[in-house]
Amino acid sequence: MAIAMTLLMLVSLPFAAALAIALLHWASRAVHSGIAGAASAGGLALLASLAAPALGGATVPSASWSWVPSLGLDLTLMVDPLGWMFALLILGIGLLVVIFAHSYLAREEDTGRFFASLMLFQGAMLGIVIAGNVLLLLVFWELTSLASFLLIGFWQHKAEARQGARMALAVTGGGGLALIGGMVLLGLAAGSFDLATILTRGDIVRASPLYPAILGLILIGCFTKSAQFPFHFWLPHAMAAPTPVSAYLHSATMVKAGVFLLARLWPVLAGTEAYTLIVTSVGLVTMLLGAGVALFRHDLKSILAYSTISQLGMLVMLLGFSLEAAALAAVLHILNHAAFKAALFMSAGIVEHETGTRDIRRLGGLAKAMPITALIATLAAASMAGLPPLGGFISKEAMLYETPKLALFGLPWLLPVLATLGAGLSVGYSLRLAGHLFFGSPREAEPFARAHDPGAGMWASPALLTTLAVLLGLVPMLLAAPLVGAVTGAVTGGPAPEVDLALWHGVNLALILSLIAVAGGVVLLWQHKRLLAAWERTPLPDAKLLFDLAMRFADKWTRKAIVATHTPSLQTMLLMSFGVTIALVIDGAMSGGVLTGTRAGLPASAPGIVAWALLIAATAAVVNDAQNRLRVLIYISVIGLVVSLAFVQFSAPDLALTQISVEVVTILLLLLALNLLPKKPPAISSAPRKWRDAALAVSGGLLIGGIAWAMLTRDPGPTIAAYHLANAKSGGGGTNVVNVILVDFRAYDTLGEIIVLGIAGLGIFALLDTAATGAAGARLRAWRADMPHSPERHPMMLVAASRIILPLTLTVGIYLFLRGHNQPGGGFIAALVVAVAFLVQYLAAGFDWSDARKPFGEHKLIGWGVLVAMATGIGAMLLGANFLTSWFDYFSLPLVGKFELASAMLFDAGVFLTVLGAVMLALAQLSHVSQRAARAAGASGGEQP
Amino acid sequence: MTYEFLVASAIGVLVAGGIYLALRARTFQVVLGLTLISYAVNLFLFASGRLVIGRPPIWDKAVSQYTDPLPQALVLTAIVITFGMTAFVVILSLRSFLETGSDHVDGDKVPCDAQDGLAEDAAP
Repeated sequence: MAIAMTLLMLVSLPFAAALAIALLHWASRAVHSGIAGAASAGGLALLASLAAPALGGATVPSASWSWVPSLGLDLTLMVDPLGWMFALLILGIGLLVVIFAHSYLAREEDTGRFFASLMLFQGAMLGIVIAGNVLLLLVFWELTSLASFLLIGFWQHKAEARQGARMALAVTGGGGLALIGGMVLLGLAAGSFDLATILTRGDIVRASPLYPAILGLILIGCFTKSAQFPFHFWLPHAMAAPTPVSAYLHSATMVKAGVFLLARLWPVLAGTEAYTLIVTSVGLVTMLLGAGVALFRHDLKSILAYSTISQLGMLVMLLGFSLEAAALAAVLHILNHAAFKAALFMSAGIVEHETGTRDIRRLGGLAKAMPITALIATLAAASMAGLPPLGGFISKEAMLYETPKLALFGLPWLLPVLATLGAGLSVGYSLRLAGHLFFGSPREAEPFARAHDPGAGMWASPALLTTLAVLLGLVPMLLAAPLVGAVTGAVTGGPAPEVDLALWHGVNLALILSLIAVAGGVVLLWQHKRLLAAWERTPLPDAKLLFDLAMRFADKWTRKAIVATHTPSLQTMLLMSFGVTIALVIDGAMSGGVLTGTRAGLPASAPGIVAWALLIAATAAVVNDAQNRLRVLIYISVIGLVVSLAFVQFSAPDLALTQISVEVVTILLLLLALNLLPKKPPAISSAPRKWRDAALAVSGGLLIGGIAWAMLTRDPGPTIAAYHLANAKSGGGGTNVVNVILVDFRAYDTLGEIIVLGIAGLGIFALLDTAATGAAGARLRAWRADMPHSPERHPMMLVAASRIILPLTLTVGIYLFLRGHNQPGGGFIAALVVAVAFLVQYLAAGFDWSDARKPFGEHKLIGWGVLVAMATGIGAMLLGANFLTSWFDYFSLPLVGKFELASAMLFDAGVFLTVLGAVMLALAQLSHVSQRAARAAGASGGEQP
Repeated sequence: MTYEFLVASAIGVLVAGGIYLALRARTFQVVLGLTLISYAVNLFLFASGRLVIGRPPIWDKAVSQYTDPLPQALVLTAIVITFGMTAFVVILSLRSFLETGSDHVDGDKVPCDAQDGLAEDAAP
């Protein structure tokens, strides 16, 4: 349990720190860096407490919590030696970077955002290395891409920062997608997403037919993250980030995530011919390419970026060998590289900070001006060059020692020769970096004159790292051997090998190759000017240009594909929707069967037939006369009336009441809208289009009518009506079964429906409230009343009548509400009736008069309605029943007599309030807009007719 | 002539008119088309409880036969939601007309009538 808590705290500490820093974004730089530093130091302490069990223990410290068991996603954390070493790098270098960044960043910069993003990254990276579930690992993996995006683009005002951030996200995020595919396939092949389980099933995975796909996808993920050829180009552009970020993410940690994953999955993926060939050759090419380009770069950070690419290539190549000794060399070099490269990045940051430039052609002889920095950087560069007695020498020797063991493409000499070439190039660029920067004479006077050593706050971190780089060479057995042994064991999945690290192994092939490399590097530096001139004459492909081209290409074709498949035309889409639906119905009808069922029909009465004829005629008139919009509203109301009559006829009094009152508000709404819309616009459809639509419409009508006919002439299957009828009175306390269904049996549905209605009302408000600005506002102000208006704005008779009617209508509304549980009525109908009562006031007396006397706000009505309805349901839960279970009982009062109280009535009150609010909001707002427009027109001098 | 035929044919006619209007180019016609289709859909849902005369679902000790109350409850809320939808679409088309000066569903420029107070030239 103690270990579980430690692991959980370890991974959540950086996230907590990120949150705390973000919340304290207004505080000073010291607070931000203080929190970040404390969190990193705390993480280191937790990690130290795990050292003994992780490195020496019989079992790996791990803990697991179930998260999404149906997906196999568990929150499993485990710290084996490999994870422990990476966690050490992440937290240790993280702490040093925080200290460095505190001095590097100016006081007025947004340090809160910087340190919060940095800690977010730290947490994500820690998550990758201690995740014990591959799906969890993917979550953290994506998170590092996002955090890296934020950090590269930290200086948002710089175009190259934004572009670099986007490119890094596109490449690493794209690789992340491939990785997701690979990991999921891996989990399927291994039969588990638990990392420890997967690691024991290497044979099964390698024998699986999915293995090539798994390998390819995972390698794409690793290569993009670790900047391997041909995905290397994002890393130099990521150098637009502040230097602490480059030191942290782009040398020591994030770019090593790909290497980490290769090492992590070594027992599963490594050892096959395909793996060895691909991984080794990609690493080799990357190593040579990076080293070669680094030699000819002039920007300090760009040199370091390409050297990082080269060094990462070497690590990938070593892992590709699929040999235990090569894995050991890789592990040792990870430690060395982290130490010297982070120190070099920080030194580059110091040089830029103190001289104002990173261009190596303008600098030189800085050892005189900034001796401390020069010492630190020169030692680190010597380690990078692989010179004795530094740590880099040992790992480079170990690398060279392994190269003859693998005959790449069947050529045993290929690897040693090319690896020696790569080593020589890296000697060259390392010597150039130190030599041209700190020795010789200053090339330009101005930067040199400004240069001086920074305060200890800035050089302490790189000094410590360089000291480590030196000690890794002088006392490797003491400092590194136990860790490297244990980690190599974890990588290969076998026992920890014997580790023998020393500067002197006697004269062997590795030493000879190493000497050749150093000599070659010296020659390269000596001949640098001539080589540089030759390099600059050679035309080379620009990766950024190609990337931009590719992005533009993707952009263009994505747009084309969208336009081709998703025409932004409502007419086309509706035509397609109707057409496909009709085709589906026709397909179903083709399967055969009889149209007319056997159910006996009800003979129609004469009034029924007349009403039917009215409906048909009105529908035809709506279609035929659609240009004359005001007249159409009359036809529409005829249809609504006939539908209401049908409800009356067919035993649905509640529906009839609802339909007739909805009809009133709908017509009012359309009238108000028509006030502003064109009244008689000319038709614009062409004749063939009309015939096409008419044919579609007729076939749709025939099919739907046919379905309705087929349904009506058959008996229904078994229904659940009997249950509702039997339990309405005894269980729901009401005799109006429809209302009991609404407020009790299916109250949850009703709750959802009133919420939808409330949202519609609020959406209408949002659409109209903002209509007074912009182009819409300009049109409203230019609006002129175009209809003959009554000479009286508020006709006397109407006003007087409406005031008498108001209390009467309200009484009817209340009556309908109260009786709704037992007789036709209820919250929906009562709300509509009351809304009509108020709207009549608006019509008669005008918006301002009515609005000023309105005792409620529509927004509040909607809100309170939903709250009351939900509170009723929660009240039932508090009493131990299910959500929205209703309660009722009978009481008696003098004069009133026996009456019933039901909690469902409270729910119905919520329905009432919401419906009233939504209807009023829609109509009052609409009338208000036309009024505002009219008023604006009046104010600007327009005469109201 | 049975009521079943009247209701089925009315549903068919409403659907046909609704589809035709929904495919027209002006927003108001599309709103009318949706209104017609809504009538048809509500009637259709209601009819799934079959047509029964004189047996409203008001519980009474003396009555043993009722019409199916469930479709009625569904249609009752559907009618109110229909209003909400119609209102929203009407306002949406109004706002789009105010923004663009065109009442074409796809925002294309179309001729408006001469007496219209919101002629598109009015925009700055």
